[in-house]
Amino acid sequence: MIFKLNIWRQSGPDKKGDFETYEIEASEDSSFLEMMDALNEKLILQGDDPIAFDFDCREGICGSCNLVINGTPHGKQRATTTCQQYMRDYKDEKELWIEPWRATAFPIIKDLIVDRSAFDRIIQAGGYIPIRTGSACEANTLPIDKQVADDAFDAATCIGCGACVAVCPNASATLFVAAKISHLSVLPQGGMDKQRPAKLLKAMEHEGFGSCSNYRECESVCPKEIKVSAITTMNRLLYQNR
Amino acid sequence: MSEFELDSHAPKGPLQDRWKQHKYNSRVVSPANRKKYTVIVVGTGLAGASASASLGEMGFNVKTFCFQDSPRRAHSIAAQGGINAAKNYQNDGDSVWRLFYDTIKGGDFRARESNVFRLAELSTAIIDQAVAQGVPFAREYSGYLANRSFGGAQVSRTFYARGQTGQQLLLGAYQAMSRQIAEGTITHQSRCEMQELIMDGDRAVGIITRDLVTGELESHIADCVVLCTGGYSNAFYLSTNAKGCNTSAIWRAHKKGALFANPCFTQIHPTCIPQHGELQSKLTLMSESLRNDGRVWAPKNKADCDKRPEDIPEQDRDYFLERMYPSFGNLVPRDIASRAVKLICDEGRGVGFEIEGKKLGVYLDFAQAIKKQGFDAVEEKYGNLFEMYQRITAENPYETPMRIYPAVHYTMGGLWVDYNLMTTIDGLFAGGEANFSDHGANRLGASALMQGLADGYFILPTTVADFLAKHKPVKAENYSMQIDEAMSSAKSRIDSLMNAPEPSVTPDEFHRQLGQILWHACGMARTKSSLEKAINEIQTLREQFWRKVKISGSEGGLNQTLERAGRVADFFELTELMCIDALDREESCGCHAREEHLTEEGEAKRNDMDYSYVAAWQYSGDISHPTLYREYLHFDFVRPSIRNYQ
Repeated sequence: MIFKLNIWRQSGPDKKGDFETYEIEASEDSSFLEMMDALNEKLILQGDDPIAFDFDCREGICGSCNLVINGTPHGKQRATTTCQQYMRDYKDEKELWIEPWRATAFPIIKDLIVDRSAFDRIIQAGGYIPIRTGSACEANTLPIDKQVADDAFDAATCIGCGACVAVCPNASATLFVAAKISHLSVLPQGGMDKQRPAKLLKAMEHEGFGSCSNYRECESVCPKEIKVSAITTMNRLLYQNR
Repeated sequence: MSEFELDSHAPKGPLQDRWKQHKYNSRVVSPANRKKYTVIVVGTGLAGASASASLGEMGFNVKTFCFQDSPRRAHSIAAQGGINAAKNYQNDGDSVWRLFYDTIKGGDFRARESNVFRLAELSTAIIDQAVAQGVPFAREYSGYLANRSFGGAQVSRTFYARGQTGQQLLLGAYQAMSRQIAEGTITHQSRCEMQELIMDGDRAVGIITRDLVTGELESHIADCVVLCTGGYSNAFYLSTNAKGCNTSAIWRAHKKGALFANPCFTQIHPTCIPQHGELQSKLTLMSESLRNDGRVWAPKNKADCDKRPEDIPEQDRDYFLERMYPSFGNLVPRDIASRAVKLICDEGRGVGFEIEGKKLGVYLDFAQAIKKQGFDAVEEKYGNLFEMYQRITAENPYETPMRIYPAVHYTMGGLWVDYNLMTTIDGLFAGGEANFSDHGANRLGASALMQGLADGYFILPTTVADFLAKHKPVKAENYSMQIDEAMSSAKSRIDSLMNAPEPSVTPDEFHRQLGQILWHACGMARTKSSLEKAINEIQTLREQFWRKVKISGSEGGLNQTLERAGRVADFFELTELMCIDALDREESCGCHAREEHLTEEGEAKRNDMDYSYVAAWQYSGDISHPTLYREYLHFDFVRPSIRNYQ
């Protein structure tokens, strides 16, 4: 299969970027990123600067990869990260547009790589249980209902990729924040920090993310299918604890 | 470099008292003085994040570095199956002693009793810690923690969070670390890679890093350095590791005098998705927990290999693990299962894609589990793994059996460390997969997470503090000469990579070729002649690498090709040592299967008389002629027995 690729190239944060066009032949069994690797091999051999993009685990869990493919963060397959998209999914689309996440809080570093350290700073503002190493009680001292643990797990699966931000018209990180709050609010020590929702939302605003206007686009692109009901949970906790 | 006796500093006395006594004998730094000491932690996966969080909480000044864009992305995140702990919640006779014994036996008696006992002992506290941090482990309807069993064990002691245990444990450690960053005890730098160790004589006093965004080289001085940089499976190019996993930090420490132990001990994981193409960039693991309910089989007749599995009747299927190992069946340890799969495929009974003329795959079948337990029960347990498999292969494992084949997954070798996890360089510690581990030859499932966290949460905080208490805080201004020296060797390495005389081959292409050589010679089976041949091939290819490696772009900014080339350059040296070590170990042991040393039935034959030691290699100045030191292992509490799973 031969693809025409329009890829965003930008040499640095303050440089002007633009699309450049490439052509590549790829087998249907190759993953999207393997197709990008093959293109880069060609560019290196020609002496050109290869396209910079983030990746690491290539099995859908580390959250590094972050391409917008034909307008959709992480490409067309739902509940799937970019690294788990396969070229067979694009059999019928011979022209692809590949862009980085776009949000003020995620400045472009180079080409398709953006800086997502704002997410780390949000977690630093209170996205943890304040317990010291070695001071925990015996794990089965506090039973947790299976349903509660399962719900917490659903929220905890967030991989912090930032697709929710990339797709949101407000570039809001509310789903990311709400997932962390929903996860930590119900587990044994969850009650230890009642101010967590307020702290995290303040940090989110401070980083330049927009606020939630219920577009719900975030839910549709989340590779881990985090539900917007997490946002409801967060809002309830926010007002309960004022 | 000096001659020395390898001393493990393992305590004496009853096993169950050793760690307690050792902790008591360790010195502590008074709380008021802790902030005067700086500890560098390189790598922030399970071991690094938990160590830095714990040291930060104690009040030390911690500087952390990772090459990813965030510590939350370390490869520990990809561990699927679970973490072991001797809680005996199932009342099935588990105990610290049993976990200790299973682990030391699983390691084919090539690990220290003291270390492994400590690991088993600390396992229970890890679970308490993780639960308190909000790690959402699976629960029973009663609200209590659930357990499952895992390869190599006959009790249920594995705690899990669906198929994402590593992710959840890492997030717990990352969050604890984030809290310390906010408190100011940890200063963290992402997108930053260690280039060199700064040495003051025989002692490590800091590191040189390269900022992967700006390309700038920076120096960092500290009172001690802790390397938690993971394993080196990517030496094989195709492995289940994340693409960025590398050996560079530990390899550069090795070349500064840290001994490298048991480099040939690589764990091959039996349940990976088979390779499907030439340009594939990685292999994906399917959690070992699948073997709890999945039955492994291959067609009895070669003629059936091209048929659809559904069309092969029950009597024509060979459930070979159940046939060969009736008491453990599909749950035999990883090395046993991997070799059995290879055996079947070598016989020509493999299924699926053909790679180099051989079909490399067998079936992992859930039909019976679905029939017995119901679709929902199977989906509840393995749903996300099944989805992942379907995504990659475009086949639905609920309807047709999965295909699996072994792949390189984990490395048990690494920097030699003593009981304090200190390397042979004074002030240089190694934790998690970066050290040569407590396990020796072969790890059991669900024990890698346990070791990373035991090292990070509980062991390093004690032993690092003990080291610091014995030294006065260092002053950065005293080391300008040492910094210059380390800086210039980092620079000259980058220069040579950027300016090869005949640039014409990409780093990835070299890496693929190197990986092929290693996989065939030092993979699931090894022979004297294949290893000798591989050593020659590696040397030739390495020489070509430095002559022909082609890197475009500049060194002064973000350059992923340069990053990769630097790592491949180190793999080129390490792989030779792996083969040298494999050649030297004239026995079969765990995942190290020397074909000259198998029983008539094809089982691994250990040689305790001659090889009951840790092989620790010293860099001699010539990569091809390292010096071997042996740390002999003594067993006072267990008797090395034949590992028999039949």
